Amino acid sequence: MPLIKDDQLIEDPWISVINGDVLPLEQCIIVDLERWQAARQELIARNGRLGIRLKNDQPPALIAEDLAHFDLIALEFPVFKDGRAFSHARLLRERHGFGGELRAVGQVLRDQLVFMRRCGFDSLEVADEKVLDAWRRAKREISVFYQPATDRRPWVANLRHGRELPKTPAHEETGADHWAY
Amino acid sequence: MYRYDEFDHTLVAERVEQFRDQVERRLSGEIGEDEFKPLRLMNGLYLQLHAYMLRVAIPYGTLSSRQLRMLAHIARRYDKGYGHFTTRQNIQYNWPKLEEVPDLLADLAKVEMHAIQTSGNCIRNVTADHYAGAAADEIEDPRVYAEIIRQWSTLHPEFSFLPRKFKIAVTGAATDRAAIRVHDIGLQMRRNEAGEAGFEVIVGGGQGRTPLIGPTIREFLPKRHLLSYLEAILRVYNQLGRRDNIYKARIKILVKQTGAEEFARRVEEEWEHLKDGALALPQEEVERIKAYFAPPPFEALDAKQTAFEASRFEDREFARFVRSNLFAHKQPGYAIVNVSLKPVGGVPGDATAEQMEFLADLAECYSFDEILVSHEQNLVLPHVKLAEVYELWRALKSQGLATPNIGLVSDIIACPGLDYCNLANARSIPVAQRISTRFADLKRQHEIGDLKIKISGCINACGHHHVGQIGILGVDKKGEEFYQITLGGEPGDAAALGRIVGPAFSYDQVVDAVETIVDTYVGERQADEGFNQTYARVGLEPFKEKLYAAH
Amino acid sequence: MTLKILTANRLRDGDVVYLTADGAWSDWLEDADLAEAPAAEAALLALGEEALDRRLVVDPYLMAVTRVDGGFGPISQREIIRARGPSVRLDLGKQASGR
Repeated sequence: MPLIKDDQLIEDPWISVINGDVLPLEQCIIVDLERWQAARQELIARNGRLGIRLKNDQPPALIAEDLAHFDLIALEFPVFKDGRAFSHARLLRERHGFGGELRAVGQVLRDQLVFMRRCGFDSLEVADEKVLDAWRRAKREISVFYQPATDRRPWVANLRHGRELPKTPAHEETGADHWAY
Repeated sequence: MYRYDEFDHTLVAERVEQFRDQVERRLSGEIGEDEFKPLRLMNGLYLQLHAYMLRVAIPYGTLSSRQLRMLAHIARRYDKGYGHFTTRQNIQYNWPKLEEVPDLLADLAKVEMHAIQTSGNCIRNVTADHYAGAAADEIEDPRVYAEIIRQWSTLHPEFSFLPRKFKIAVTGAATDRAAIRVHDIGLQMRRNEAGEAGFEVIVGGGQGRTPLIGPTIREFLPKRHLLSYLEAILRVYNQLGRRDNIYKARIKILVKQTGAEEFARRVEEEWEHLKDGALALPQEEVERIKAYFAPPPFEALDAKQTAFEASRFEDREFARFVRSNLFAHKQPGYAIVNVSLKPVGGVPGDATAEQMEFLADLAECYSFDEILVSHEQNLVLPHVKLAEVYELWRALKSQGLATPNIGLVSDIIACPGLDYCNLANARSIPVAQRISTRFADLKRQHEIGDLKIKISGCINACGHHHVGQIGILGVDKKGEEFYQITLGGEPGDAAALGRIVGPAFSYDQVVDAVETIVDTYVGERQADEGFNQTYARVGLEPFKEKLYAAH
Repeated sequence: MTLKILTANRLRDGDVVYLTADGAWSDWLEDADLAEAPAAEAALLALGEEALDRRLVVDPYLMAVTRVDGGFGPISQREIIRARGPSVRLDLGKQASGR
């Protein structure tokens, strides 16, 4: 499926491995939690980047110790109304210091994109290219933020008084705000 | 009261344009109803029985006269000349057209108002004590914190797609007038032993299908930790609240199933990570907002006002108004004046555009420009000089706004019900009207004393019937409107949920049933027992006997 | 034999409307096209879906009516109120129009 990443529409270089399938050699693969738990050693040992896909009832705590093994985490939105993954995204970034690609997959409304960015998602699986234009426009729609979030965008209370935001572990580690606006 | 700065103005203006764009995309077909519906809900726009309904936010129920004038303009220009004040201190318009709502919102933005997050599975209007800033028993004005919470919760990226709606209420007085124990989060300002002010945090109250009184999950939270603690609660709820069944999705269900202690433990565990982090509110910001809630320039007056006392003595009608509609003000020589929106036989909580404009003028003249909306669907002029109350009363009378019935049996809370609402099973307004007419005689009302009747047209309990001393719930029995009556509810410090008295009554019988209940109470009471005290002492039996013997 | 008609709300202004035999949307329940069998009901629903796609209406659904005085009328209290206007404001809604 096409992806939006870094403001561009790109073809997804990652391969989603369906449970039970043989693992492709040396490619970027995404496995689900069950596969990770069942074939951990094999997955760590293989060449090629590894990603994991979590359902939204699989909290980040389940993989918190293993984040060093993943270059990508995909979080599912089974329906747009189900916002659990917003919390999971923030926890992965701000609590557990995940610095790799954080991808939203599933049903996401164009009007949730601002929230996605703020919670630390940096890529989004989309049905078609029309979403790219919407993504770009969505970014510009709201410029005022009333609360701190992953993107470290200054929030209004701080802007009013010229304050710096405290750093979180993730920011300390990566040193970059590469998922910020 | 709070005034927007450039940031607040920008946010609201951007939101209006965002919604305008969303409406255009809906009308052009770029998005369908499934995608549009959550967007319009997050801007307070419902599709109801007859038309769209727009719920405009009145943060912590506080309005300036300029804002009230704009609400009148909205009623006239975009609706049918009236609005309805709700049990969450908001205002509802019943007839806006979708294609005009962006312009309506643009008009609201001119006076620092909006309809953001008045619907949807997000954090809703933060309500507060309707005597805030004025009541003699206030520790601190809770609206400072209600405003802080309002801003933090606006377009919160993590909490805009919660399992269900989320309602927060704050009170700053010793007595809870904001019904905090039946909210998702209730905050009671308290002082600890060191004399510091902070909050008692109550989580998991609510009405509806599964009414529950919220337990205290933290006895004392220092003020500076307010937002980090709320974030911890919301994060636990967002992850663990049920998503499979909308009737089990509120936080009250999670708290009940988890147990208050375990729930508190999970919140504290999450909070450990947050408490000294980014959500610590800069003290300068608290001071900045506090300044907006500084007391108005009161005059130094005597507590005793002879002209006022003389008017009471000379004019019995005025005396009656004072007795029921005035409340003690913290500043000597001033009073809180309640404006009843429950005229005999009227629609509870409705006001015409003319009445709104008139009240705006009165607020400007008599109340330092401020009006509050109570969750009991009345309005409040919070800072009136005792010496001016008589003249104010006469002005109110001229517009049918001087009904002297605050807290009395005809001061009924009623949801819009089947006359307006898609969710309703039965009508509530005409039941309220008929009860009000039955008890029209003021002498009788005063003999009965304070008595809270609350009516909901369906199980969603927007009329707060669970916490009515007499609660009435409309149900559908084989296509007919029937009414189930509960007794003994209470929203405040002694929060309690009403108990069903027996089989439901028909639309034709319900008013007689209510009268029977009231008469039974008056017959049974000892000394000056209130309704709930008598009920606690005698139980349901005397009421059941009279109600069901007669039928 | 249950009689049904199709009703919805007009997208732009939210007004209650009823589908007529000409495929138009009338403000008046009495103008609605009657379905007396499942096939006719399905046909009405299909027209409703089409009107939804064409952005004329939202939330089309079938509602029951009963024969009355040579015509037909709503059965449920909800649809009675919906067809006329709020029972507590006779000066508002369709009931105030004089038809």
